[in-house]
Amino acid sequence: MEIQELRKKAIAIRRDLLAMIHKCKAGHTGGALSSTDILVALYYSVMKVDPGNPHWAERDYFVMSKGHSVEGLICILADLGFFDKAELDTFCRYGTRLIGHPNNKVPGIEMNTGALGHGLSVAVGMAKGLKMAGRPNRVFAVMGDGEQAEGSIWEAAMAGAHYRLDNLTGVIDRNRLQISGDTEEVMGLEPLAGRWRAFGWDVHEIDGHDLAVLVDNLGAKPDGSGKPRLFIAETVKGKGVREMENVAKWHHGVPDDALLASAMRQLAGEEGRTA
Amino acid sequence: MKKGLSCREAFTAELEELARADRRIVALTSDARGSTSLAAYANALPGQFVEVGIAEQNEIGIAAGLAAVGYRPYVCAPASFMSARSLEQFKVDVVYSRMNVKIFAVSGGVSYGALGFSHHSIHDIAVLRTFPGLRLVIPCDGVQMVGLLRALENSDLPAYIRVGKAAMPLVYRAGTEFEVGKAVRLRDGDDATIIVCGEMVAGALDAADALAAEGVKVRVLDMHTLHPLDSEAVIAAARETGRIVTVEEHSVNGGLGAAVAQIAANHRPVPVRTLGFPDEFLVAGGSADVFRHYGLDATGIVAATRELLLSGD
Ligand SMILES: [Mg+2]
Repeated sequence: MEIQELRKKAIAIRRDLLAMIHKCKAGHTGGALSSTDILVALYYSVMKVDPGNPHWAERDYFVMSKGHSVEGLICILADLGFFDKAELDTFCRYGTRLIGHPNNKVPGIEMNTGALGHGLSVAVGMAKGLKMAGRPNRVFAVMGDGEQAEGSIWEAAMAGAHYRLDNLTGVIDRNRLQISGDTEEVMGLEPLAGRWRAFGWDVHEIDGHDLAVLVDNLGAKPDGSGKPRLFIAETVKGKGVREMENVAKWHHGVPDDALLASAMRQLAGEEGRTA
Repeated sequence: MKKGLSCREAFTAELEELARADRRIVALTSDARGSTSLAAYANALPGQFVEVGIAEQNEIGIAAGLAAVGYRPYVCAPASFMSARSLEQFKVDVVYSRMNVKIFAVSGGVSYGALGFSHHSIHDIAVLRTFPGLRLVIPCDGVQMVGLLRALENSDLPAYIRVGKAAMPLVYRAGTEFEVGKAVRLRDGDDATIIVCGEMVAGALDAADALAAEGVKVRVLDMHTLHPLDSEAVIAAARETGRIVTVEEHSVNGGLGAAVAQIAANHRPVPVRTLGFPDEFLVAGGSADVFRHYGLDATGIVAATRELLLSGD
């Protein structure tokens, strides 16, 4: 997909996820908006996936470690045709499989997540297994910045470098906020890049909302260095909706009718500028 | 009874055989290849062995990832850590995600009796019986270990296999087959039933034989699978023998006895006595000393059974 089309797709996904959250009255809105461009780059350009055959042996594997940011992921899977888009209306409702965290009963989702700090270990296991089997598939894990405080992430970081998993790519949605506020006030993460480099990863700090940059970087083939890659994607929590941008309380929250209308106007304006 | 291999030795020998036939089998350990008797396996099959270092949470997550790409992982590590430190990873990454990961939990219960509460796992039955779809087995000897391993390997469901450290007297003849979730009736009788698992089985058989010498006929059920539990066997025992004694290397809170009492209360209320560890930090000692201290040996089981028979209710 051309970059211009990807930009339009990211706007459409933001529109879908806001409408879904508004309609179903549940959602982790801020993080869903900060991670949208990362997911769009992965699903519409970088990763090999087949919506008609979710278990395709040649697919790339994806783990959403920050499981609460599930809204963008399921809107993308629906848009790609992994399941019927009408099902998005059941998000978080009685009896649904579209619950508030990734659920692998949903076609296209590999792993149940939700408890923070788990996803990178699972991705390490996938990448290790693929190496052992001599398979070329790649593995991607998207993490939150808040969950970098979990010790298990650093166990996984150690193992990814130890096993020389250059088929593994981690992405941190670095929106600098977590539920209680600024990450550096809750539990300081900096120097985050230096910490990951010290653990043996090939670290890059990139603009997490520039689709050209995301596609170039995430799409770069494994280089045989034996180093797993880590992208610190600088993002804005609530990206695309002025009232939500950089406001910690939008970690979760449901826009009312007026705010939804404002959000849709802003996205339409953005679309006009993209055309 | 003659002693056989310890369960862990029987397990690793059988696992090596299974792994030679199925290259998808892989063993993981967290710097525990010694305590899990995996050194020979690791040397023989280095391509099917993953060392994770002392990082149990990561170990379970990695095992789930290996399963997600088609492997059949066995995580081999002490029960005390597997049932606590990495419990959330087991809950979410394995059981909830329905990944085919099997934990081989060694030195369960009070195998590390003298090492303190940090190294005891007398809570694992209680918590793991609440994990839907998980199969929890506690074999009593090396023969049963092999039989249950073969049965578990035939399925893609996750499992937790808890074994003790010691070599156990052989209860079963070599080659005996077992069905997961189906108790084995080791002694017949209709005065009472002893329901037991793991290292307590041998003592329960000695107790039943001692009681038989006094003319008391006691049924003995080896409840090797704790989840799903063979409730039919429990209900039949309640109906046909009227009294039940349970014996386990576990806290009395939430273990085999609690499960049996719940089934009996719901379906066929009869007097039940639950032998296990009380709600306290346990006395230090080798496991045999700890068992004796809490009445979890043949003498204690005989006394509890007699008391139940005389209680008149
Ligand atoms: Mg954040």
